[in-house]
Amino acid sequence: MSNKEKHWGKTKGLLFITLAIWFFFSIGIFFFGTEMEASSFRPFGYPLSYYMTCQGSLLAFVILNFWFAGRQEKIDEEFGFSEREDK
Amino acid sequence: MIKGKFIDNLPKVYGIYTGGFIGFIILMAIAEQMGMSAKAIGIAFVAFTVGIYAVIGYLSRTLQVDAYYVAGRQVPTVFNGMATAADWMSGASFVAMAGGIYFKGYGYMALLVGWTGGYILVSTLLAPYLRKFGCYTVPDFVGTRYGGNTARLSAVLVLTVASFTYVTAQINATGTIASVALDIPFEIAVYVGLASILLCSMLGGMRAVTWTQVAQYIVLIIAYLLPVFWISSKMGAGIFPHLMLADEVARIAELEGQFGFVKNSAADLATVPKGLAGITKAHSSVNGTNWGFISLAICMMAGTASLPHVMMRYFTTPSVKSARRSVAWSLLFIFILYSTAPMLATLSKLSLIDPTLSTGIIGKSIAEVQAIDWYQNWNQANLMFVSDFNGNGTVELNEFFMGGKAVVLATPEIAGLPYVISGLVAAGGMAAAMSTADGLVLAIANALSHDLYYKIIDPKAETAKRLIVARVLLVIIGFAGATIAAMGIQGILGSVIWAFDFAMSGLFFPLVLGVWWKRANGPGAVAGMLLGLAAGTWYLIHVRTGGAGFWGITQLTFGIFGSLVSLVSMVVVSLLTAAPDKATQDMVDEVRVPSGKTVLGKQH
Repeated sequence: MSNKEKHWGKTKGLLFITLAIWFFFSIGIFFFGTEMEASSFRPFGYPLSYYMTCQGSLLAFVILNFWFAGRQEKIDEEFGFSEREDK
Repeated sequence: MIKGKFIDNLPKVYGIYTGGFIGFIILMAIAEQMGMSAKAIGIAFVAFTVGIYAVIGYLSRTLQVDAYYVAGRQVPTVFNGMATAADWMSGASFVAMAGGIYFKGYGYMALLVGWTGGYILVSTLLAPYLRKFGCYTVPDFVGTRYGGNTARLSAVLVLTVASFTYVTAQINATGTIASVALDIPFEIAVYVGLASILLCSMLGGMRAVTWTQVAQYIVLIIAYLLPVFWISSKMGAGIFPHLMLADEVARIAELEGQFGFVKNSAADLATVPKGLAGITKAHSSVNGTNWGFISLAICMMAGTASLPHVMMRYFTTPSVKSARRSVAWSLLFIFILYSTAPMLATLSKLSLIDPTLSTGIIGKSIAEVQAIDWYQNWNQANLMFVSDFNGNGTVELNEFFMGGKAVVLATPEIAGLPYVISGLVAAGGMAAAMSTADGLVLAIANALSHDLYYKIIDPKAETAKRLIVARVLLVIIGFAGATIAAMGIQGILGSVIWAFDFAMSGLFFPLVLGVWWKRANGPGAVAGMLLGLAAGTWYLIHVRTGGAGFWGITQLTFGIFGSLVSLVSMVVVSLLTAAPDKATQDMVDEVRVPSGKTVLGKQH
């Protein structure tokens, strides 16, 4: 396998992990709206369903996006594909 | 010129700017104490901020193609994040979203999830790859990747339909705010808004829009957060509302149970002014189907990844790496506002409906409410209304109506904050609507001037001529948008959601598969774009004209149907026709690694 193919393989792997986490927080948990509402786990006292939609999932996306950027940069470096003129 | 120096000095320049703006707020607060009228404060806020944007727009004027289209590709990561956040958060986010949450509760908060989750798709699937491609516009990518003018033209068509739907809503929002703040009729205010939008973008294209958007982000985020924190502290709800409003949310649920959601008769509702609504749904409880919530979130996420005015912001960064990081920063800046909107809706609702608070109006007599100052102001602006349907003399939950915009615009006044805050909110709303309108108008005009005029009609046109065409188109599109906005066909939030569905129907799969599926070819992409757009549009018209929908898809989520048709037709047609040639396949390989030259040259 060429360097490029290995790089793309790892990139795809990262994509699937990232999208799986994304799916969990954006779609998966909202199949259980009423169950979340009934849950005794109440972040900061808010009902879980309400908390996730107004803050929890949003925060998860922010963290996920920074994490993804960092991981992808590592992959690019590993295979020597990062840009030289980076600031 | 000062260019290189300017980029290095950005933190300082915007630091001074932020300080100056805060100074201006304090100055206005002092002026209010000394007797400056509310109207004068409103005018001062809007005029001062718009004036600054115009100056930035003028200073950023340019005669270079890559500066005009992609700001010379030297916008630093974090600043591009701010500019994208302003580009992204429109009049709908600023003025209408908290209102939507106020009225529809949990079900509408799917918008928050959708409008943030979409950025994961942007950063993983598209932005870095399109940046590597080196295109000026989104159709530029489609035209080069799939080859041929048909593909390019189809992309221009989808872009124009989606962005134009969106931009009328933004010009509508600037008009609403200008008419309230400057006290002029809406039909005229729309053109005042348009003039301010063009001032920012005409001379400097993307470069001017970038630097005004950063300035606009600073204004809009201060204007959104300050009142919410203030009201929260004033009501004793907590100094950090995001983490401390659980009791208030619970109290609203308790009051809802106590009042009940009484359904008004059609005859009663007919007397309520157009566009106003009452509270009919639970605030925090799950109040709709899971699929209703999820389908709306899906449409907003896929739409986010397909809207060209957002994507083109990531063409302006110096590198692929910074494009990717910049998406993360954008989302952080957006999160700051979006996580605040539900808190504003909660505070606003509680202060109006809780009879134990001095600001509460439910349970008060009709005459008493009608005598309140702020009620009279906003009733006059056609954004508030009470009526004694059951004739018992007091205001019930189902007898109080409000316009969606009033939640953001009127809450500071209701909560008894000084008028300077209302002026600040008006300036913030104006900044939000202007920044998005600028991005959209520019996206359309650039696609038409670069992809239609230069790439298809007259490939030999000189730089000067290209830039003149671009500017003329900008003005024409702006005027067309303002004219339609003045007619006021659909509310702000509704048109914005449609724009996402249009973009998703036509562009989502052709863009994503362009990077992720080498076998995708020109005929497939054209089929995907055109059939997707047609299917989505058909579904919208079908449902709007009273047809029965299917799969629980509403007029707000028609993108699901459109994009499915797009995906199927694109895959089928691609597989039935010849695979893309070697050069195209190599091009896709090249796009997938960050290093090396961009596919398209620096100036093309």
